[in-house]
Amino acid sequence: MSRPIVITNVSLYGEETADLVIADGAITSLSAADAPADAVTVDGSGLVALPGLVDLHTHLREPGREDSETIETGSRAAAKGGFTAVHAMANTTPVADTAGVVEQVYSRGKEIGLVDVYPVGAVTVGLAGEHLSEMGAMADSRARVRVFSDDGKPVADPVLMRRALEYAKTFGGVVVQHAQEPRLTEGAQMHEGIVSAELGLAGWPAVAEESIIARDVLLAGHVGGRYHVQHVSTEGSVDIIRWAKSRGIDVTAEATPHHLLLTDENARGYDPRFKVNPPLRPQRDVDAVRAGLEDGTLDIVATDHAPHPTEDKDCEWAAAAFGMIGLETAVGVLQKVMVDTGRLTWRDVARVLSETPARIGRVDEEHGRPLAVGEPANVTLIDPADAWTVERDGFASRSSNSPYIGMELPGRAVATFLRGTPTYYSARFQEVAQ
Amino acid sequence: MKHLLGTDGMSREDAVLLLDTAAQMAATQEREVRKLPTLRGKTVVNLFFEDSTRTRISFEAAAKRLSADVINFSAKGSSVSKGESLKDTALTLQAMGADAVVIRHSASGAAYQLAHSGWLRGSVLNAGDGTHQHPTQALLDAFTARRRLVDDPEGKGLDGLTLAIVGDVLHSRVVRSNVSLWTTLGAKVVLVAPPTLLPVGVSTWPVEVVHRLDHAIDRFDLDAVMMLRVQRERMTGGGDAFFPSPEEYTRLYGLDRSRMDRLPSHAIVMHPGPMNRGLEIAAEAADSDRSVIVEQVANGVAVRMAALYLLLAGEEAA
Repeated sequence: MSRPIVITNVSLYGEETADLVIADGAITSLSAADAPADAVTVDGSGLVALPGLVDLHTHLREPGREDSETIETGSRAAAKGGFTAVHAMANTTPVADTAGVVEQVYSRGKEIGLVDVYPVGAVTVGLAGEHLSEMGAMADSRARVRVFSDDGKPVADPVLMRRALEYAKTFGGVVVQHAQEPRLTEGAQMHEGIVSAELGLAGWPAVAEESIIARDVLLAGHVGGRYHVQHVSTEGSVDIIRWAKSRGIDVTAEATPHHLLLTDENARGYDPRFKVNPPLRPQRDVDAVRAGLEDGTLDIVATDHAPHPTEDKDCEWAAAAFGMIGLETAVGVLQKVMVDTGRLTWRDVARVLSETPARIGRVDEEHGRPLAVGEPANVTLIDPADAWTVERDGFASRSSNSPYIGMELPGRAVATFLRGTPTYYSARFQEVAQ
Repeated sequence: MKHLLGTDGMSREDAVLLLDTAAQMAATQEREVRKLPTLRGKTVVNLFFEDSTRTRISFEAAAKRLSADVINFSAKGSSVSKGESLKDTALTLQAMGADAVVIRHSASGAAYQLAHSGWLRGSVLNAGDGTHQHPTQALLDAFTARRRLVDDPEGKGLDGLTLAIVGDVLHSRVVRSNVSLWTTLGAKVVLVAPPTLLPVGVSTWPVEVVHRLDHAIDRFDLDAVMMLRVQRERMTGGGDAFFPSPEEYTRLYGLDRSRMDRLPSHAIVMHPGPMNRGLEIAAEAADSDRSVIVEQVANGVAVRMAALYLLLAGEEAA
């Protein structure tokens, strides 16, 4: 067990200042006066303390693509980004569609111990969109899977989606959709609009996302399942989700940092670091995603951290892989776009990046807890004044396919504690090293 | 000029310089000895990831007539199909000392990436990238039209002319290059295509869009009509098709004698080749006096000589 730690003068949720006394894996007091004699004291002034961040959408790539990321390197990247829990997507090789695979991922995460790795189970066998996977076996395994997704591919068949929504209710599961109408996006390379017309790249129309979400929320309303939309990228999607919520449909949705910050204009120059699925959209859509996050239509921010090796991005746009890494830049991007602009408070950030994702993933007994005495010490310290320039060589992730390289971000996580153990700390917190 | 990647963003001054230089090059081709010593000692690589015998031999003839050494590198099976990557190919060419690389590639943006990646120091000439740009095709089209339609053309653009481009705008790099270039040179461009073959973003282009060829002929005083090659597989009416049938395409968009006869008497008929006779263009149109299709091919060599000259010889003069 780690030595007790006292973080003095830290701003809880960016609000009142207190001391965080952490011992035996829990928050034991909010006053340094109560600290055990052997506690290490670090100065938290100027920092914001949030409950450890929870990512509902991470690709750790193991098993299968250890050349791009492993559970170990991905855990390091997560801890460095301020995360204490990640949901590892099922599109590995083999696919996480059996109890065996999800238990392996779960155990490997435990063994590394830097972040709680919660495997996501595939909705369909092999992500093939044909047969439901054995959700029950995964739910009842040691990995306790509650989140099911074919992410990377949509559940395109409406009957299969209906069955998944119904069946997942058995385990309190949530069906998480990568909304992409496959026929409308064959060969698609970027958002279909003014820029794609000029660049001569095959278009990925907004309607391909919106039509699937519209169908799914109606299905969820009909059968009463729990439904979550990944990486919402268009104005129409935000409108449909807002409508569904107004009708009482049990839908939640996520925005990614990149869809909050970048636009399809970034594709000019054909740099595949900006190639992602769903694609970067025009400013009008970005504005709608921001507004949706601000008014709560979009419940959470999730990274869609998608590592790819250099050779899969150092090539022609059409040959490049979709996706970008995001764990280590999520806090900085969210601060830049939403906090520094006054659209969200740090209290809101705790909600969208910790409490609500923990609740959607049904890990809220452990994560997304209040910063209060007796709660598990899953804590992230953020320095909102630690502006930094994103560098290609600076990532803990095994991959460096970040669209933010060269960009300045206003702040970042400077220390992360998982049940009281420091899983990441910057030079300033050298003394917490055990 | 270091690279020739597209006509978008090209200044009118540069465009006119290219056309005037092409005119000088064309004049040298009337002489008994057509070979010029200008690029002696320079190496030009034709890097073709897509088959295009016509474009490749045009560039090859242009480079050879300027006395450059020419290497043809046919890299069928690009990295898109997991062969050697564009990067490795570029590094190889760099190691061999290519002064200019003429690239044809199925991926939009490949020429731009080659020029800006740092993989290669030489000049890059885009000989067609995906559905993006094909600048020398547009230059030879503009050159051909200027010669035919503008009196005393040296130093002039295409001011006041109206060009109609008919066919598959969506998949055409020729259209994108021609729209930018003709507009820069002062011409009006009318695109004629069914909505299925127009990109969603076309409304922001500096063009007129008409959905029927007959309407274009009625509404505009056309000086030139450019018929695009149509791929039959896009016309089959199935789920992946853009058009119900080739027959319907010919009825609505084909240039036949009766439509040709309704054009102003001076109007010319162009086609970037290769033609589908009987589909987008009838034999009477292709072989008529109005047709400048064979001239386009001949002018292609002169235009490509001009481009190579300005990129490679101009570099030393500057």
